[in-house]
Amino acid sequence: MSTKGKHDEQSAHRQLGLTDPEFDAICDLIGREPNGVELAMFSLLWSEHCAYKHSRKLLGNLPVEGERVVMGPGENAGAVSLPGGWAVAFKVESHNHPSAVEPFQGAATGVGGILRDVFALGARPIALLDSLRFGDIDSERSRFLFEGAVSGIGHYGNSIGVPTVGGEVYFEAPYEQNCLVNAMCIGLARSDEMIRSAAAGTGNALVLMGAATGRDGIGGASVLASAELESGDDAKRPTVQIGDPFEESKLVECCLELLAADLLVSLQDLGAAGLTSSAGEMASKGGVGVDIDVAKVPLREADMEPFEVMVSESQERMLAVVEPDQVDQVIEICQRWQTSAAAIGEVTDSGTVRILRDGEVVGEIAVEALVDEAPAYDLDPAEPGEWIYGNENSLDRRIGEIAGLGVDAAEDSAILAALLASPNIASKRWAFEQYDSIVGSRTGSGPEAADAAVLDIPEAGVAIATAIDGNGRRVACDPYRGTIEGVLECTANLACVGANPLGLTNCLNFGNPEKPTVAWQLTKSVEALTDVCKALDLPVVGGNVSLYNETADGPIYPTPVVGVVGELADATRVPGQAFEPAQTIALVGPFAPSLAGSELVKLRGELDQGLPGVEISEIAAAQGAVRDSVSSADGLTACHDISDGGLACAIAEMAIAGETGAECDLDGMIDARGCSGETALFGEGPGGFIVAGPDAALEALASRGVEVIRIGSTGGTLITIAAAERSVALSLADAATCWRSLEGRME
Amino acid sequence: MKARVLIRPKEGILDPQGKAVERALPALGFEGIDNVRVGRLVELEADDPAHLESLCEKLLANPLIEDFEIEEIEA
Repeated sequence: MSTKGKHDEQSAHRQLGLTDPEFDAICDLIGREPNGVELAMFSLLWSEHCAYKHSRKLLGNLPVEGERVVMGPGENAGAVSLPGGWAVAFKVESHNHPSAVEPFQGAATGVGGILRDVFALGARPIALLDSLRFGDIDSERSRFLFEGAVSGIGHYGNSIGVPTVGGEVYFEAPYEQNCLVNAMCIGLARSDEMIRSAAAGTGNALVLMGAATGRDGIGGASVLASAELESGDDAKRPTVQIGDPFEESKLVECCLELLAADLLVSLQDLGAAGLTSSAGEMASKGGVGVDIDVAKVPLREADMEPFEVMVSESQERMLAVVEPDQVDQVIEICQRWQTSAAAIGEVTDSGTVRILRDGEVVGEIAVEALVDEAPAYDLDPAEPGEWIYGNENSLDRRIGEIAGLGVDAAEDSAILAALLASPNIASKRWAFEQYDSIVGSRTGSGPEAADAAVLDIPEAGVAIATAIDGNGRRVACDPYRGTIEGVLECTANLACVGANPLGLTNCLNFGNPEKPTVAWQLTKSVEALTDVCKALDLPVVGGNVSLYNETADGPIYPTPVVGVVGELADATRVPGQAFEPAQTIALVGPFAPSLAGSELVKLRGELDQGLPGVEISEIAAAQGAVRDSVSSADGLTACHDISDGGLACAIAEMAIAGETGAECDLDGMIDARGCSGETALFGEGPGGFIVAGPDAALEALASRGVEVIRIGSTGGTLITIAAAERSVALSLADAATCWRSLEGRME
Repeated sequence: MKARVLIRPKEGILDPQGKAVERALPALGFEGIDNVRVGRLVELEADDPAHLESLCEKLLANPLIEDFEIEEIEA
């Protein structure tokens, strides 16, 4: 074991990721050197993942209150109210590093983990979404990770019977070595029956439910193994956790029954850092102490050491606080669900976490030291002053690929074809066809049918809509403006289906915050998230931070991913993206396109710093008008927000979806905006929608006080768009071939 | 040569398939069965046995979570 005053490469604390000053602080706090069990627990609870060491100070300004907020940050998930006493709980969480090692199990256990966060509140999971990032699709490694992650999400979600209703996938070189797998879960609960995670009631029992505890995910702590263990025993500590959706399915039903029977005082899932984190946080929130006897924990392997039991990340486990006279009843219900359950300890008034083995104390730490005294660091941000990522791309090569698909297009038409075939814009059908998107019979609008997924909630007499968004490349161009755009993109998606946003959850994926550039990205991004949520009056009900996403090649693009849940009155009025024939097409909103940070500039290999400014209030007003128009049935037949690939791609996507061509002329818009033809066609930016409908519907929309510029009409089998000196013309068939080219790349 | 490749979950790793089998046995009246681990057996004929190790690592097994053994059954 390490000794104080002697800090070298061999020091256990260093190998566990604690710095020398942190180790000294621990010694001061507890008045002695920690033993192995205690050091393991400190290393986990003082890690970035549990303690938010580098982000805690930034996150304090996020707006977290709102009249519809039922549960905010700090609980297992956030929740907002629906009519009739119902509430919708939701959260997004990352599983990036495990997925980069073993994509199938990494993504599967990511889904399992976020499901547990939601049913830990007493909410029944009703939908999943995921936000994925990989390197360039031409790389074998990226395709391997993409294929594995999609397969793993499908495996867990489909098996447990929760539909995957939406998501997004981006392919960008900076994610090559460090992919991102963020999963979001939505659950439904009665507001007054939801349960918190704070432990309470001295003398109450701690009951561990679910799977037996094995040596999963403790490879990093193996430095603490006692000398008696043979050196070859490292092989017994698998770093990869295996998910078991059937076990979790039983655990969901079991927990919901226990809650309905009012048998639990509080409930918490076991995720990263296992029992250490769950017990420490439950005790901290409740202002109490806990005793845990590791000899009472059901084990998968008999010979586990106390530190292994405390840090194990075995999946499909929950920790509950139960009144002593109800423990037998709880265990009986667990047995009926074939879920193992054991009373492993109790709530005390000692204010300490005590770890025992067969009654003998093997570790004892004040809860305050373990949880509240964790360090919080100031960042040292510095703007890099130049584009720090690569620019390895070639539009010519992308256009060459179009010819390979049998599509004959030249000049601007070839650019449109190449954009539609770009994996970021192309249909993600290859992925979402592997997911069950309709199990549960609530899905009103699934993947790629409309801009947001729509779920029917007949219990509350409403429907909800949800979307998840985050364009890391644009955030890399401008962390402040890019983050604002990401939130506006998400609320725009909800507006397209007529939904009013109620709450936001986020997952902040960044590189190493100790580096000034990443610190600057993180600081600016959180500042923007705070500003835009305040401006939109959109409460942040939960979140997750994933830092150190980088390799020797450098950091990932800064990637704040946001998930928003909104409410709509009537799911049957959602217009969808598909064009119908003989409708008028219009551009709606203060869309001011720019090529900065766009997919086209990326394909040209000309990315640089900077994005144009964003007028949040104007954009919010336009989104409100579109939302009201859709929800009051003005008669719009199609609605889609302009995002990746700009206006031309938005129109092409709507034409492909409806198998109906379009003839457009952007001169009116070009005059109004003073932009070039190319910028009008392919420029990106927030605040724009393409809508279609009869003239009366467009007049009704315009009367809601939003700018509506008529740009063309639907019909025929060609997509033609004239834009001053530039123009595109592509047959529906060719556009569809390009847009559906992802399948071919994955063969 | 003819070879047999035995692939099984690494020691210590969770094996949901083995667990499912273990759970089903008592229902059929088989008591006293513990620690069921389910792997798989691949038989193949190879012109050049030198590649066997590498093809196991790349395709037949997932070395992160599985061990494999190659057994030559016919030269």
